[in-house]
Amino acid sequence: MKTTGKVTGIVSNLVTVEVDGPVAQNELCYIDLDGVKLMAEVIKVNGDSASVQVYESTRGLKVGCSVEFEGRMLEVALGPGLLSSNYDGLQDNLATMQGVFLKRGEYTAALDPDKEWEFTPIAKPGDKVVAADWLGEVKEGWLPHKIMVPFAFKGTYTVKDVAPAGSYTINQDIATLIDSKGDEVKVNMYQRWPVKVAIGGYKEKPRPYRIMETGVRAIDTFNPIAEGGTGFIPGPFGCGKTVIQHAIAKQAEADVIIMAACGERANEVVEIFKEFPELIDSRTGRKLIERTTIICNTSNMPVAAREASVYTAMTIGEYYRAMGLKVLLLADSTSRWAQALREMSNRMEELPGADAFPVDLSSIISNFYSRAGIVVLNNGKTGSVTFLGTVSPAGGNLKEPVTESTKKCARCFYALSQNRADSKRYPAIDPIDSYSKYLEYPEMEDFFNQKMEKGWVEKVLKAKNITLRGKEAYDQINILGDDGVPMEYHLRYWKSELVDFILLQQDAFDNIDCQTPLERQQYMLDLVLEICDKNFRFERFEKCISFFKNLINIMRQMNFSEYKSEQFYKYQQQLHNTVENVL
Amino acid sequence: MSSNVFQRIYTKLEAITKATVTLKATGVSNDELARVAGRLAQVVKIKKDLVTLQVFAGTEGIPTNAHVEFFGEPPALNVGEQLSGRFLNAYGEPIDGGPKVEGERRFIGGPSVNPYKRKQPSELIPTGIAGIDLNNTLVSGQKIPFFADPDQPYNQVMADVALRADVDKIILGGMGLSNDDYLYFRQKFEDAGALDKIICFINTTEQPPVERLLIPDMALTAAEYFAVDKNEKVLVLLTDMTLYADALSIVSNRMDQIPSKDSMPGSLYSDLAKIYEKAVQLPEGGSITIIAVTTLNDGDITHAIPDNTGYITEGQLYLRKDTDTGKIIVDPFRSLSRLKQLVINKKTREDHSQVMNTGVRLFADAANAKTKLENGFDLSDYDMRCLEYAKEYSTKLLSIDVNIKIDQMLDTGWSLFRKYFKPEELGIKQSLVDKYWNR
Repeated sequence: MKTTGKVTGIVSNLVTVEVDGPVAQNELCYIDLDGVKLMAEVIKVNGDSASVQVYESTRGLKVGCSVEFEGRMLEVALGPGLLSSNYDGLQDNLATMQGVFLKRGEYTAALDPDKEWEFTPIAKPGDKVVAADWLGEVKEGWLPHKIMVPFAFKGTYTVKDVAPAGSYTINQDIATLIDSKGDEVKVNMYQRWPVKVAIGGYKEKPRPYRIMETGVRAIDTFNPIAEGGTGFIPGPFGCGKTVIQHAIAKQAEADVIIMAACGERANEVVEIFKEFPELIDSRTGRKLIERTTIICNTSNMPVAAREASVYTAMTIGEYYRAMGLKVLLLADSTSRWAQALREMSNRMEELPGADAFPVDLSSIISNFYSRAGIVVLNNGKTGSVTFLGTVSPAGGNLKEPVTESTKKCARCFYALSQNRADSKRYPAIDPIDSYSKYLEYPEMEDFFNQKMEKGWVEKVLKAKNITLRGKEAYDQINILGDDGVPMEYHLRYWKSELVDFILLQQDAFDNIDCQTPLERQQYMLDLVLEICDKNFRFERFEKCISFFKNLINIMRQMNFSEYKSEQFYKYQQQLHNTVENVL
Repeated sequence: MSSNVFQRIYTKLEAITKATVTLKATGVSNDELARVAGRLAQVVKIKKDLVTLQVFAGTEGIPTNAHVEFFGEPPALNVGEQLSGRFLNAYGEPIDGGPKVEGERRFIGGPSVNPYKRKQPSELIPTGIAGIDLNNTLVSGQKIPFFADPDQPYNQVMADVALRADVDKIILGGMGLSNDDYLYFRQKFEDAGALDKIICFINTTEQPPVERLLIPDMALTAAEYFAVDKNEKVLVLLTDMTLYADALSIVSNRMDQIPSKDSMPGSLYSDLAKIYEKAVQLPEGGSITIIAVTTLNDGDITHAIPDNTGYITEGQLYLRKDTDTGKIIVDPFRSLSRLKQLVINKKTREDHSQVMNTGVRLFADAANAKTKLENGFDLSDYDMRCLEYAKEYSTKLLSIDVNIKIDQMLDTGWSLFRKYFKPEELGIKQSLVDKYWNR
């Protein structure tokens, strides 16, 4: 029998309920408001009184409204049809909702129950299987979508039969399994899983050991993110956080992209809705939308669902990881999620931590980041969830709880700098403050030694050092004036400008420059370092400046040209001549 | 605002603070309106039979035996064509001496538009001000604030922008307006003969601050009526959002909530987003564009109010005084319209983006030259020309008293480039130089 209750108190979306039976922490319930069912989640229990956060507006709610508890936590539906879908934070399908306005209490099915999928069996009768093992697959767009033994199944099962190849809907049974007691269980093509619980069912989770290519030079070359790695992008407003995330979503070398628009602008999501169905993924030649799931909880949508949205996104990511796919999860912005936690904590009158955030903010964030990772599945194949979140620090000040908590657990830090953004040096990823811990991983160094060349990491560190020394020289020039410093300072500064303009800066709106494959990044890094190694001599600093300005102009043209095209080589020849001329 | 449902009356208050009263009552619904000793109030907290009400006009003089009647419904506005040309207060009651507005009753602060049903904004809103049209073009469905110090003429600029914009309705939400500014807006709208397309919801400094909290929702409920039901293009002006946020902090403080940064409530971001995100381009052609004012304290944009606003809005416009020319200009460096690329070169001439970028870059070069000069370094010939150019650019284009068409702005840009520079110094695409340099 279901536990029921009555509303006894209301403050905004925090409602207290007197219950008549057992309730679980994080259990879902529905509050009945004149026939409209409002979904809510238990966040605290005290005696017979449960505090629930309501995922909708509580306008009109009264003391005495009846509440019914569901006996389960917030879950998502997992099955074919997730890709190309646009969901809200609770996985309601936004596209199938009626009317222009979001209606309170309107919940829509996440997966289409009538659509038929072409099923091919993988498992055979007699096979021993455990949770997350593959029983068969369907084609979802161009991706092989594995139908798995439900994650909630415990112990070993024997396959009794698997449906023959053919068309099935998600509700049709495709396999019969026999458990250890000899009972039969039917399996269909979809399952439900609570979002706050990480999906297991893999053999091991090794340290990340290979790169997730993004096509952004300031990331791939300078601060690479590993496949299954974690990173975050903090930055004040107007520094291009969203542009970087969109660029990565378009270009990253991933099989599946999950974008969680968490508490951000609706018009930015509209841009994705409009562009992704038209843009082509250069690796597969398919539409970008075919590999993308959008979880959208914009800033004006109910606050509690904002918190749920990042978990919904992560759970869908883990589901595709279990199929042996490379998943990239992008969340914009995790600060809004933290703010949602703060609002609830405040209403529950908990003692606050720094900046009124809940005291366990740090552990909540690190727990979430820990769900990313590359895993070895039971069948030996690998799958991964790479996670990249943005952080919107209050006042652009990085000494605030969300940035600090995230810094403790994310391995890559892409600090966006206001100064770079003001001088239109995009992407505004600060070359000096940003880091990737993965450059220090011996596994990654081995990987780079094989994939790129021996000593790659040293080269990268050398380029980083040039920027650092350039900055020091620039500070001196600013204090002492152009004439007041030795020529060496000008050289140092302009070499760093070369690295900045040619490697770090990248035009996200140029068709060619927006995406640079690793091979090309390597080529350009070599070219720039070669020039930086040369021993130039100039009489006057003006000569030095105009020489480097010229180099920058030529090499920028190279960046804008098709790689190794006639035009590309033409500029390279011009570059060569210019350099030889002054030596 | 009166009620048509049965009224429950109570006469004993359990607690009174500066902004709230608490009493024992049953059958009360969250968010519903009530009248406490003749003043409007709204339910903000219910705990068993204890109900806390936020009294908009403040609680001065309210006795513990005050009459409290509940209305059984949240704040609402009567919407209809009758709204046109009216001046109303925070409760939607006339302050222009006219009759009560009749129409369909709609609860304010309604649900949001399904993001999937939105259209991408794509229509340019011309304002005649080059600092906006040329460098920070506005698009219908956009939300953008002026970040300005209190001494700057932001209300005048906003009134100019509104009257020049090609829209069907202009809705002004005035929060904490000085009486002088209120009269200024009124006079300006009357002089322009535009009263029939204007609706004003006004809370002046003479009225209680907490009443302001109703203004944006009132204005936007009216806006949604015209944009959604009538497919009209609506421009909503909100001034001053800083005073709105101040009112939020007063209420949260009285309710013993723990403040976050700058003594603002922890929910400030969500509270502001709920308002600004009402800006929308609807599939049927209607739109709501929001231009707001956020006053700054001595230019400090790291304060919680402008900071949270910046994360929500699609750019911001800064006004500042250019000391070289004495003009108030739209700062080309710090201002930004995030949606401008949706219309630049698409709805405007092909040379727009290049003229815009070159113009601003040269202005930046002039700023650098000025710094050099101040630090006692020598200026090159290029530096000198930049300085001269900057003065004319500031007067002829950036100044807020400019009122010309976009094509004229572009032509003015070219004429300044021609006067002070050679084409090779500008790095503009050759095909555009060939076409426009000698025009």
